[in-house]
Parts: sequence; structure tokens; C-alpha cells
Amino acid sequence: MQVVRSHQSHRSFSSSSGSVSASPTLPLYRSAPELEVRLEDFESFAIDRLRVLKGISDGLSRGKKPDEMEKLVNELWKTNMRHQDSSQVLNKDIISHFVLRLVYCRTEELRKWFLSMESALFRHRFRNQTAEAQRAIMEEFDLPCKAVSNAEFESLKEKLGQVARSIGHNLSLSTTDAIYYKVPFEEVPELVTGRKVFINQGYAYVAMNQVVSLVATIFRSLLSKALILTNRKWATSIREQEQHRLTPIVEALCSSYLGPDFSQPKEYGEISLKDIDQVAKSSFPLCMRHLFEKLREDHHLKHAGRMQLGLFLKGVGLNVDDSLAFWREEFSKKVGLEKFEKEYAYNIRHNYGKEGKKTDYTPYSCQKIILSTPGVGDHHGCPYRHFGEENLRAALSRMGVNSRAMEDVMGKVRNRDYQLACTLTFEALHAAPCDAGINHPNQYFSDSQRLLKAKKDSST
Amino acid sequence: MTRQGAYKESDDMLIDEPKLPQQGQIAALPNEFNPSYLKIYYSKLFPHADLYRWMSYGNDGKHPACDSSYLGRREFSYTLDNDIFVRYNTFNSATELENSIKDKCPLKIDIGPIYNLNPAHRNAYAGDNVLTPVERELIFDIDMSDYDDVRYCCSGADVCLNCWPLMTVAVKVIDTSLRDDFGFRHILWVYSGRRGVHCWVCDRKARRLSNEQRAAVADYFRVYKGNENNYKKVSLMGQVLHPFLARSYTEVLKEYFETKLLTSQNLLSSEERYEKILEMIPDQSIASELRGKWQESRRSSSAKEDINIVRWEQLKQLLQKHKAQGVRRCVEEIVFTYTYPRLDMEVSKHMNHLLKAPFCVHPKTGRVCVPINPNNCEEFDPTTVPTLIQLLEELNREGLRSDVEGEWNKTSLANAIKLFRSSFLQPLLKICKEEMESSYNAKLQQSKNLLSW
Repeated sequence: MQVVRSHQSHRSFSSSSGSVSASPTLPLYRSAPELEVRLEDFESFAIDRLRVLKGISDGLSRGKKPDEMEKLVNELWKTNMRHQDSSQVLNKDIISHFVLRLVYCRTEELRKWFLSMESALFRHRFRNQTAEAQRAIMEEFDLPCKAVSNAEFESLKEKLGQVARSIGHNLSLSTTDAIYYKVPFEEVPELVTGRKVFINQGYAYVAMNQVVSLVATIFRSLLSKALILTNRKWATSIREQEQHRLTPIVEALCSSYLGPDFSQPKEYGEISLKDIDQVAKSSFPLCMRHLFEKLREDHHLKHAGRMQLGLFLKGVGLNVDDSLAFWREEFSKKVGLEKFEKEYAYNIRHNYGKEGKKTDYTPYSCQKIILSTPGVGDHHGCPYRHFGEENLRAALSRMGVNSRAMEDVMGKVRNRDYQLACTLTFEALHAAPCDAGINHPNQYFSDSQRLLKAKKDSST
Repeated sequence: MTRQGAYKESDDMLIDEPKLPQQGQIAALPNEFNPSYLKIYYSKLFPHADLYRWMSYGNDGKHPACDSSYLGRREFSYTLDNDIFVRYNTFNSATELENSIKDKCPLKIDIGPIYNLNPAHRNAYAGDNVLTPVERELIFDIDMSDYDDVRYCCSGADVCLNCWPLMTVAVKVIDTSLRDDFGFRHILWVYSGRRGVHCWVCDRKARRLSNEQRAAVADYFRVYKGNENNYKKVSLMGQVLHPFLARSYTEVLKEYFETKLLTSQNLLSSEERYEKILEMIPDQSIASELRGKWQESRRSSSAKEDINIVRWEQLKQLLQKHKAQGVRRCVEEIVFTYTYPRLDMEVSKHMNHLLKAPFCVHPKTGRVCVPINPNNCEEFDPTTVPTLIQLLEELNREGLRSDVEGEWNKTSLANAIKLFRSSFLQPLLKICKEEMESSYNAKLQQSKNLLSW
């Protein structure tokens, strides 16, 4: 792949060698394409694909059923992987995949995640290919499957039905279920092993959904090997060579937060100081509630906590004057007015872009908060990650989470799905679903306010 | 091993050298296994040439396409006197093989895999894992002691005609599946000499299966998952049985259970025994009902009908019309538990697993490991398999008569060797030659095509 600056001419080949031989719409990503890519496209294509993968990840963590996932994947793909030039759609697909390989090859955990999501994506897309394309892909993967002729199917229908029922797949009369492939039994040991196929004269008769599994498994193992190689190449040469161009983009990509950044709340002054205590109880996520309570209790917060809470409040709509008043009220109880003005006020104004280089800082996303490392005396970070189980339970029950939801939340915590835990908390407290999941404390806040407002409006 | 020509004094001496026990003495020392008897066995009876021809798989040097290194890459191991175990014996010709066995007189000969290189040279190469198996028959080992929890006539090493049908069932079920389902044709079943059977699948495809593929086949056959802590050792899930299990049940298991094992093992005649079966019924009320019925009538009402059969009918009656499938399925689960083959998974899964060669003599029983014909395995009787002493006696009696086939043809070993040749070796070698011929011709054609432009 050749990355070029935008002012250079954008030449691209209509098909890329090695990746498209099998199916016209589903590349197998066997080898890096010979394409030229604009630098902006390098990043934006990858971000679009990342949205798809993160959407899949979210859907899977929430335990969505296969048909729901099917819909979700289709929607995600349609929404994000479009291109105004239809001939470029396939290139975007391929380029975005290879860029993300660079991003996600670098640690074991990243590789595992990427592997799972790309495999899931592949599995869904494979299902929706035409029979011909599927056969071409199977051939590419050295799976010598032959479609079972109608005549043979009829003669074996009963036995095939028995096998399907014996493993709990009800053979309906839909057309996809009647598609079987014949393959030498030694090619599919994983299916022979559990008696999941009908075997006759050395051939295993594989149902369509089993074929998908096989193909996905091969895809996964090929990608896994490729990622290891990519990592090696990255570490030994690419990262160094590209340190001024692609490397910073690649390194930023995997921790990118992809939602709105809440840096410009729609209306400042939406939240007034006198409401703040009440609003904290009803609509703050646990991380901010905790910081807020500690601030009220100790009349002090360390720097990281001030940043996390302060920027959150900015995102919530607290203007700079109200913010100063708020912090002053608390801090002056501990350090006195003068010290506050001297040492703390400046920073607060800095956060609003009123001082120094005047950057308007954006409130932290969940991802960023989860990755922080609170130490002794700190109260920032993500409680779902950083609190011990007992403390977390206590904090949640103070918020009003009932015991059943509590167990679900703790389950997610144990699984390290912190954002999901927060989402479940939100859902339990507001008695309403949060389908998009919590990705940002300010999102929690605005969703919460919206729901409460709607409830108030409907009841009056 | 043919003894042609006039009888000589020295010949007589050779046979008589180690003293064979007289007729009366046999009763006193039933199966005395004497290494010197083994020497005679290897010298006159053991089918060296047949073993060589089998192991060569057609690579006997008579065809240009023969691989001269083939035999030499096969491992043979010997168990010698004093428990000495020698691995990685290899041979490059029929004579080498024969002379080695006659010379070393192993108590047991094991056959290993064919390696990528001659194992005798394994230390000449640097690095670990330089020796890798590349071909090996697909093998199965079924041992009667794995059925101890479902047979009452014997236990451990013993075997009798009441429990031997379990082996018959195993041969029938596995053999049918290997042929009909997996498409294999060259299958050798061998009596293990004491309490079980071995199976050698020798098709080319089978020899080239990877460990993973072997494990898959072994697992396809696996049903019994018992251990001490689980009283329910067979669990047949799913709305219906997989066609392989269904066929095994209707064609073999049901019949053997109901007409043979139920009565020969008295599976329901005593409380201790029927409790084990009642334990497997998930519906407590049915189990209690049966228990109650059986505790009352300790004898069957009609003297003609066997009590086991009567009780089994009663059990089936209650279970088969139950509305829950899990309960109805229990009937099959019981039958599977008491009859379905129990394979040793480890033997089949690994290419480098050693297995005893056919025609060895079992040191504890003196019996020869003879082939079993799967087509009439129900007639196989382990108690009449020729023993070493019996064979030597027969040799003694027939001693002076010469036989063009070999000494073995004068003994009870004749049938075993003939069966080995006709039902297994000859068809196998024929196919090997054909495959060699056709691949050779294909290569010739290829090179002709390359040259012909």
C-alpha cells in the first residue's frame, strides 16, 4: 500500500491483486493490496471500519441473538463503509482492514479483540454471499467442498434431517437449510468429532451453517498468523520509518473515542448551581457522583480528579463563572479564599480556554477515564474498574440500584466490561433501556436528563 | 522354513532339544511360557514373510516406483527377557526382519509408525523433533477390562464366553462404521491374546491421517464417558439419535443386549444388579414402581421365562410410553451402557503409539494373537485360540511330514495365517500395486507432456 499526500494525484487500481480473486464483494485480505491511499483516507477509512467493529463488539457483549446481530452488522456496514464513488467501496474495505491490522497487531489483547471482531464480521458477510461466491471462497481456502446435487439430497434427506435434529438444529424447509456440501471427512475433523455430520463412504455432508463455521475458522487462523507477522514488521521497521507520518495516526487510532466530544455543550447555563446537588444525585454517572460527593465531603480534590470532574461539569453546561463559584465554595472551606484564587482559579479558567494557549479542553470519555490510574488519595478513574467489590456494591446501592440489577452489574465488572456495567446501572436507575451503551459520562448525563424531562412532561 | 529332503538325526534333535511337557504335564503347567518354546515358534511358525509383505505395502523392490527406504523407516520394538524394552529397530529387507526376530526372540513385538527418516539414523541429525511420524495405520484397541462395571461373570484379566459377546459387538459396530461411513476397506481385526481385540485400518488414506484427524474418528465412536463419580455414563442427547448410533442400536446393540447379555450376565436378577440400572432412570416414581414390583416377586411367574427378560419388558413398558423424551431415551441409554464399544482413545489419537504385532504370543496366556474375521466374528471363541504349547505339540506329532507351505500349515495356526492372507493381505497388496502403478504412470505422462512441446 502506498500512502500519498492529498495534493498528489490519487491513482488507484480498480482491483487489488491477491485479495479479490474469490468473491467480487468479500475480500479475503490475503495480501496487502497494491493501491495508493491518500493520507486522510488512511485515517478516515480506518475510523469508519473501527465504528463497525466496535459496534459488533458492543452487540456481542450485550448478548444479542444471531438474527439481531445480522441486522446490526448489515446496518453498521451500510452506514459506515459507504463511499461516494461506488468503485471505491471495495478499496475502502481493503484499505481500512489493512490499516487496522497495523493498529491492532501491537499487543496480544489488541490482536485478540481485532481477530474476534473481524471474524464475526467475516462470518456475517460470508453468509450473505451468493452460492457461487461462497464456493469460490471455499476453494481459495482449500476446502474441497462440493455442493450436494438435488438427487443425492433427496436420497439422503432423512438421514441428514436426523443428524440435524440430533445436534439440535431443526431442519426447516427453508432453501438455505437444504444446501449441503460434500467434503472428505478428514477435512472437517471438528465436525466429525461431535458426530455433527452425516458421514457416508468417506464423505461428510456439511450443512450450510457448518460451512460458515469452517470458513470463519480458516479466516481467523490466517488472520491470526498475519497479525503476528505484521507486528514483527511494525516493530522492526515500519514504526521507525513512519514515525513522522503514519505512526502517530496508528497509535492514536486504537484508543480513539468515536462519539460526540461534548466540548461545546449546546447551552451553557443549562445547569445552575442551586440545582447541582439534585442533578448530581439523579443524572451523574457513578464516577462523577463519587468525585462530587468526595468534593463536598473533603472540600478538596487532587489534580486528576479536578480535571475529570471539572471538564465533565463544563460539558454538562456549567459556564466558567458558575464553575469558579462552585469550586471556590468548596475549596475555600479547606484552603481559604486567597489560596484558591492564587492556586486553583487559574486552572479552572484554563480548562475553559480562557487562559494560556486557550485550548478548549474536551471532557474525558469513558475510555480515557478507565485507562487512568488513581493512586492513594485519588478519587478519579472509573469506579467499576478501580473500586473493590464491596465498595462498589455499597456505592451502587446508595445510588439506588436494586439487588437483581446489582448482580448483573457485578457480573459485567468481573468480566471487565466496565462500560456495560455503567450502562446496566443507568438502565436500572432509569427503568429504561440504553441501547447505544455508555461511552462518555456526559452522554450518561444528557441521556438521563432527557429521560427525566420526558417523564416530567408526560406526567404533567 | 520348509523342511525338504530326507529326515536327519539332527532335525530330530532340534525339535526335541527343549523338553516339551508330556501330555500329563500340561494339566499341571497349563500355560507355561518358556522362552525356548518361543525360539521354536519364531523358527518354524511365525509368518515372517507375511509380516514383511504387509509392512512393505508393495515396496518390495520389484517395481520402478518402489520406495526402497519405506520399510527401513518403520519402527519395530521388542520386549525382551528381563523386561528389557528396545525401540527403533528397523529393517531393510525380509531377511533382516526374519533373522532379527529369530535371533532376539522377543517376548513381544510392537509395530510403530513410519517416520520421515530411518530412526536408526535419528541421532545423526541435530535439533529436537527431527524424527516425525509420516504414516501409521489407524488403530483401535478394545479391552475387556474397560467393561468391568457392566459384566459380572469375570473381572480384570479374565474372559469367558459369557462376556466375550461384548467384543463381538465392538467388532461389528466399529467394522461396519469404518467401512460404510468412512469408506475404509483394508481392515484387520486381531485377537489381543487375552482379553480384547485390536483393529488395524491400513488404507493409504488412513495411514496418512494426522493426529487431529485420528482423534476425530475416535471421538466419533465415543459414547461412553464414565468415571467413578458419575453413575450416568451414557448420555444420549438430541431429539433423535445420530444415524450411526441409531443403526448400531437397531442392528447390533439391541439384539445382543436382549438375547444374550441380559441373561448371561443376569443384569436384573438380583437387587444389587438391578439397582445399578434403576439408578439410571431419571423418573423416580418409575424407578420406585419397578423396585417395588421386583422386590415382591423374586421369581418369575412363569418358570419358562428368564427373570431378566421379564423384568426388562416391564421396564421398557413403563419407560417407552412416558411423555418426557429423556425418560423414553433411557432405554437406549441403558442398552448403550451395557453393550456399546469402549475404545481406548489414547491408542488411536497418536501416530507414534506402538501396538502389538499380530501373531505374537501372549506371555500370560500363551495364546497366539490371531486375526478375527469381522464377517463371522460371532463365531470367534477366545477359549479355543491356539496356544504356543498346543502348536508345538502339534508340530511334534506332525513333525516328520513336510509341507510345501511351511511348518505352520501342519498346525492349528494354518487357518489363522490363511485368513490373514486371503481376507486382508492379498487385497491390500493388490491395491498397493495398483496405486503404485497408476501414480507411476501419471508421473510418466506428466514428464512426457513436459517434453512434448
